[in-house]
Amino acid sequence: MNDAQVIEIINRSLVDEFELDPDRLKPDARLIEDLGFDSLDYVDLVVVLQKAFGVNLREEPRIREVRTLGDVHRLVITLKRELETQPGR
Amino acid sequence: MISRRPSIPTRRVVVTGLGAVSPLGTDVPTLWQALVEGRTGVRAWPALAEVRGLHCRVAALVPDVDARGIDRKKRRYMSQMSIFATLAAREALANAGLTDAQVRHERTGVCVGSTVGSTIETEEFFRGMSPGRSIEQLKSTHFFKVMNSSCAANLAQALGISGRAVAPSAACATGTIAVGLGAECIAAGKQDVMICGGADELHPLGIGVFDALEAASRSYNDRPEETPRPFDKDRDGIICGEGAGMVVLESLEHAQLRGARVLGEILGFALTSAPDAIASPSAHAIVQCLTTALAESGLSSDRVDHVNAHATGTIQGDEAECLAIEQVLGRDVPVSSLKGHMGHTMAASGALALIATLLMMRNGLLVPTRNLREPDEVCGRLRLLREVEPLPVTVAMVNSFALGGMNSAVVVSGRLLDE
Repeated sequence: MNDAQVIEIINRSLVDEFELDPDRLKPDARLIEDLGFDSLDYVDLVVVLQKAFGVNLREEPRIREVRTLGDVHRLVITLKRELETQPGR
Repeated sequence: MISRRPSIPTRRVVVTGLGAVSPLGTDVPTLWQALVEGRTGVRAWPALAEVRGLHCRVAALVPDVDARGIDRKKRRYMSQMSIFATLAAREALANAGLTDAQVRHERTGVCVGSTVGSTIETEEFFRGMSPGRSIEQLKSTHFFKVMNSSCAANLAQALGISGRAVAPSAACATGTIAVGLGAECIAAGKQDVMICGGADELHPLGIGVFDALEAASRSYNDRPEETPRPFDKDRDGIICGEGAGMVVLESLEHAQLRGARVLGEILGFALTSAPDAIASPSAHAIVQCLTTALAESGLSSDRVDHVNAHATGTIQGDEAECLAIEQVLGRDVPVSSLKGHMGHTMAASGALALIATLLMMRNGLLVPTRNLREPDEVCGRLRLLREVEPLPVTVAMVNSFALGGMNSAVVVSGRLLDE
């Protein structure tokens, strides 16, 4: 799965889960201010991404730094790479 | 003037709004049209074939509803039953002509229940948890769909209720009991307006419960429109359904002050428990329930013009209810059950039956029991309606009885009796 495919899956998940207009899913869109997220949406975002990619976001401190959709894309891509390069895989 | 027992609070309670989401359609006019035309909302539900051991393959599901009109941030806490409840409540409030400020007033409350919290969502939770006892798939909003008070809480949030939010639960009698408790709340002066009713969403488990008790219909899987058959000699059990029935209740003074149209008055309500009949009906206990409701109304038995019976189409239940009606009201009162049209909509059924009764009064038409071809011997002693009859109805009784031994009945008039 390349980065573009990861981004597409994330965006599709957000459209399905949070009923967002696909046209609003620009990388610089801020989750709270532009996409209307609240704290509960953050919790469900974690659940949706964990399910889609098998990454552990709930215990991931970097999730707290996520502000924009682009931040979400970058974090998931990073975590996926880390998961794939873990020794013993 | 109606004489009332001194123990009954003095505030009169009227109905001013109706809202219905049922297997027959997603609003009140559609429900009424289908009832008068004798249509059924009962269908084959092919998904039931995937449940091992289940004999019944038929259900009364609500047609697709458009829930997008409910804001996502309210809707994300809702399972289907709360969506049904919200849509029905909105219809009832519009029907009542209440303003948003009146709905949000602290003297306005809700009294709404379901048989259980969302079984669909509960299954989803355990499916996610079971493989490795993990809660990693648990969403933040999940609890709000499975808690017992899910419907009442969600409805209160969606409507902006700041008064009482009550969540009664009494299995199949929930809707009627919610109306009765809401009426008592107004009569006692605790609230001026109450949005009351019941809602449920269907999951195979609900059907399975009746199937296990051998109380679910199973002989009509190949001709679902012919079941359930209340009072009929060939009845073989319940068909489970879903939906929501909501009524707006108000104190008479509140309704008159704002010039509201009065659709009916709640005259009497009984809620009784049958201590030896948790899973089987008891004619003796039903007699007690109906007698209590009638006594509270202050009316004599000959004043009741119609009975909207609970009669779900089970062998024992229909017979017990008919024996009780005969004993309390005699053989001449017209009786019908709406389960043949829309199955047993569980917690919604009592409220939907009350709504249908008020519509019958308003239109001067009594709706018969669908699928009643040849009454059995005991039931046939009553005056069972076989076709739509243009009869004036001033006072009616609506019955709901539940697994768990909770019985309830409401006595209602279609207008103010002293006018």
